[in-house]
Amino acid sequence: MIQSIDYAAIAPVLIVAAAAIGLLLADAFDVPRRALGTLGAGALGGALIAVIALAFGDDRGTFCLTGDLRGDGPPSCSYATDDFTLLFQGVMLAAALIVVLLSLEEITASRMPAGEYHFLLLAAVTGALTLAAARDLVLLVVALETLSLPVFALVALRRYDGVASEAALKLFLISVISTAVMLLGVSLLYGVTGAMHLDRLAPALSRVPAELEPVAALGVVLVLAGFAFKIAAVPFHFWAPDVYVGAPLPVAAFLSVVSKAGGFAGLAIVVALGLPAYAHVWGPVLAVLAAVTMTLGNLVALRQRSAIGLLAWSSVAQSGYMLAPLAVGEERLGEAVAATVAYVAVYAVMNIGAFAVVIGFRRRAGAAAGPDALEDFRGLARRNPATAAAMAFFLICLAGLPPGIMGLFAKIVVFRATVAGGVTWLAVVMAINTVIGLYYYLAWAARLFTAPAGERPQMPRGAAVRAAIAASAAGAVVLSIAPQLVLQAASAAG
Amino acid sequence: MILLVTLAIPLAGALALLLPRTRFLPDEESVRRYGAAVTGLVLLTTVAVAAAFDHGDPRRMQLEVDWSWAPAIGLRFHLGVDGVSLPLVVLTALLTFLCSIYTLRHPPAEGSARLFTGLVLALQVGMLGTFLALDLLLFFVFFEVVLIPMYAVIALWGGPGRRAAAYKFILYTLLGSGLLLVGLLLVAVNAGTLDMVALAERHGHGLTPAVQIAAFALIGLGLAIKVPMWPLHTWLPDAHTEAPTVGSVLLAGVLLKMGTYGLVRIALPAAPEGAELWAPWLGLCAVIGIVYGSLACLAQRDLKRLIAYSSIGHMGFVLLGIATLTPVGVNAALFGNIAHGLITGLLFFLAGAVKERYGTGELNALGGGMLTAAPRLASFLTFAAVASLGLPGLAGFWGEMLALLGAYRPAAGLPRETFVTFMAVGALGAVLTAAYFLRLLATITHGRTERPAGSVAALTRAEYAAWVPLVVLTLLVGLWPKLLLDLTTAPVRALLGGG
Repeated sequence: MIQSIDYAAIAPVLIVAAAAIGLLLADAFDVPRRALGTLGAGALGGALIAVIALAFGDDRGTFCLTGDLRGDGPPSCSYATDDFTLLFQGVMLAAALIVVLLSLEEITASRMPAGEYHFLLLAAVTGALTLAAARDLVLLVVALETLSLPVFALVALRRYDGVASEAALKLFLISVISTAVMLLGVSLLYGVTGAMHLDRLAPALSRVPAELEPVAALGVVLVLAGFAFKIAAVPFHFWAPDVYVGAPLPVAAFLSVVSKAGGFAGLAIVVALGLPAYAHVWGPVLAVLAAVTMTLGNLVALRQRSAIGLLAWSSVAQSGYMLAPLAVGEERLGEAVAATVAYVAVYAVMNIGAFAVVIGFRRRAGAAAGPDALEDFRGLARRNPATAAAMAFFLICLAGLPPGIMGLFAKIVVFRATVAGGVTWLAVVMAINTVIGLYYYLAWAARLFTAPAGERPQMPRGAAVRAAIAASAAGAVVLSIAPQLVLQAASAAG
Repeated sequence: MILLVTLAIPLAGALALLLPRTRFLPDEESVRRYGAAVTGLVLLTTVAVAAAFDHGDPRRMQLEVDWSWAPAIGLRFHLGVDGVSLPLVVLTALLTFLCSIYTLRHPPAEGSARLFTGLVLALQVGMLGTFLALDLLLFFVFFEVVLIPMYAVIALWGGPGRRAAAYKFILYTLLGSGLLLVGLLLVAVNAGTLDMVALAERHGHGLTPAVQIAAFALIGLGLAIKVPMWPLHTWLPDAHTEAPTVGSVLLAGVLLKMGTYGLVRIALPAAPEGAELWAPWLGLCAVIGIVYGSLACLAQRDLKRLIAYSSIGHMGFVLLGIATLTPVGVNAALFGNIAHGLITGLLFFLAGAVKERYGTGELNALGGGMLTAAPRLASFLTFAAVASLGLPGLAGFWGEMLALLGAYRPAAGLPRETFVTFMAVGALGAVLTAAYFLRLLATITHGRTERPAGSVAALTRAEYAAWVPLVVLTLLVGLWPKLLLDLTTAPVRALLGGG
């Protein structure tokens, strides 16, 4: 009756979790701040290597049901490392590594406790990694909570800052409610099917007696709601802009990239593996959700005057694009999941890059540089051509136009999956939305190259932030030259 | 492989300009010469393509390059030329080269020559790639490549209203390309292939009528914005008026053709049933465009704006030709494409030269008597205007005449009465075109002027070098239309599903 554990499969999670605890202990023993950052980054790097090593091996599953419980059913492993898991874990770890680089200066400047910060960050990463590998509802919920809880604290870590505390409280309340809603959904599904493992849930759901079908459908919708919160889909998006503005910027970057990737991983796992029988329920729901999310996100982003506000709302809009392929329901679902995965991966690179520049910019402008208005970016190209070029490239990628080939291809796969699944109207809505998106991305990019309004202080340089910008830019350039890399990996995962 | 070289040269040329200024081409002058050399090399390559092309069999795709690029979405790097694309490829290379020559002595006001040259080269990659691509998504990628460079050219080197014009240009075209993408994918996922050659061979087999109708509407709408078709044309006058000379020439000469080329290459053969349903509507918009363009021209006070509106009229004829769905009409469209590229390219060069010398493009401010004050410039202008109004013997004539002829006898499934009406209205539009160009000439070239003879700067060598080839080709194509028609006739038959 004892489950055997495949430690190789869970190595990435173990490394990060162990490092998180190690960091907390080290902090208690007054290890210098610099060492803490190095340890955090090292752990993420190590986990990334483990993920790469696992990618060369076969698919693995662990925490599987043991013989007599399993009967003659499917293997029912709670934790699986397949191409899907590894791609997501790789993306999340790489993005988290960048976030750590971005945090180093911010921690000092904002007088945040370094040990706690790194501990919380790694704890959240542990949750995200587990989320991508979870294959049963309980582990999914636990992983989602592991991802969410440390983030509340991270947002509020600038204890003296009222805005941060308010943002954290808002995030906490909405998160708790959505978790409760999701748990209700999970319990309904369990009640109807008696299954928790997705590979048992799926067949059971296709045999639900007619009188229980509404219950199951309600369960499906409630579970979706939980994930909709995590990915900041409308109408569960209200927390996102406030939190992005209130949180320390690297935490905002974490939320918009790693945490969102986790949300999409979980959503894709649940709908594709667990709920295909109810595709007629969640397909249209997600279609409407995607259309509303991208439209509202883009429209509000148009009106933003601050860099972080624009990134917040545009990242809501981008969630809409990522959600769109999943709206196809059962029709060519594999292709749709692959499209979402590809978009998430590409989005991670370009969005973390944009955040890196904004963080570097604010850092340089001095910690007190309040609202970081878009206007402040005027003439960045004169003072700092390389950073401006990188920023323009990230923005053009986000807009999905050449030379940002990476963004263009991400857009193409998403459109393709949506059209292939027969949701052409959503593709048309998306086409119109890309125009709105282009306007504000382009306006920002153009601002970088216009003459500055007044003299602005020449800003100090931070090696870590510059490394983060360079790494994201390198990733964006490589993927723009060879977009097939991510497309191939994603299609294997789909 | 030579097609790959054709694309690689401008791309490498543009990337080389990213090298630090101190190491490579430090001064503006050498950058401009470099631009002329690179585009000249591209022109030579396309001439080599034309020479290597087997003119005995223009309907076969030749000189193909076909590599797998992203197998996950079935995307192939597939290039090739046939009789439809070859003239456009050469035209693109020629106009870009002439623009570079012109820029040598007439650089756009301020701004870095390095950036300008790089943008023009990037633009050229997109333009050539669009005409060479044989994969739906590859076509789309190249179609998108031109957006940012053209936006930047307008936004950085344009006139006083450049910002708004540049935004209008890129937002409109992006809306078009979004719809185009949906349409292309609709065809692709239902037909199961991205290969344009295979799609043309199937001629709509395997696509239900509903899919074809939706696909043609989306692709057509997307491309119609680019063409531009009335009533989606509103971006064009602003973009043309504000763009610097080189931008206007390339915009009118090549970018607009990407729309009509796409209709002929993709929309007609891939969704013939959709084409049949939408053709009368396309024809209607085309004819309204012809008349509207002419009437708008009569009301214009600015030289560049007038030429821009005349483009809408000319592209109306091209669209009318396409809407007939007959070999005659589609040939006329392809012919009109090239003719418009040559003539309107020349007109925009001339408008730029006039503005440079007189400091204004306002017709009233220019006054009359250019033939006295600047006889050579006025002669060029007269030639271009007369060519544009469709004088027989010059390039503009054949495209419009054949388009009207095509409308007289449209394809079997189309309502003949409707198209004959279109023909009559279109012919009226042709008369109006003559009216406004003659009025233009009467206003500015004829009459008296206070300016003494020779007070306006004489034409430079760079101007001759840029304009004379266009004049010669306008005459050549006008007097010997077989040159182009021989190339396009066979592939057009194939695209329309005939033998």
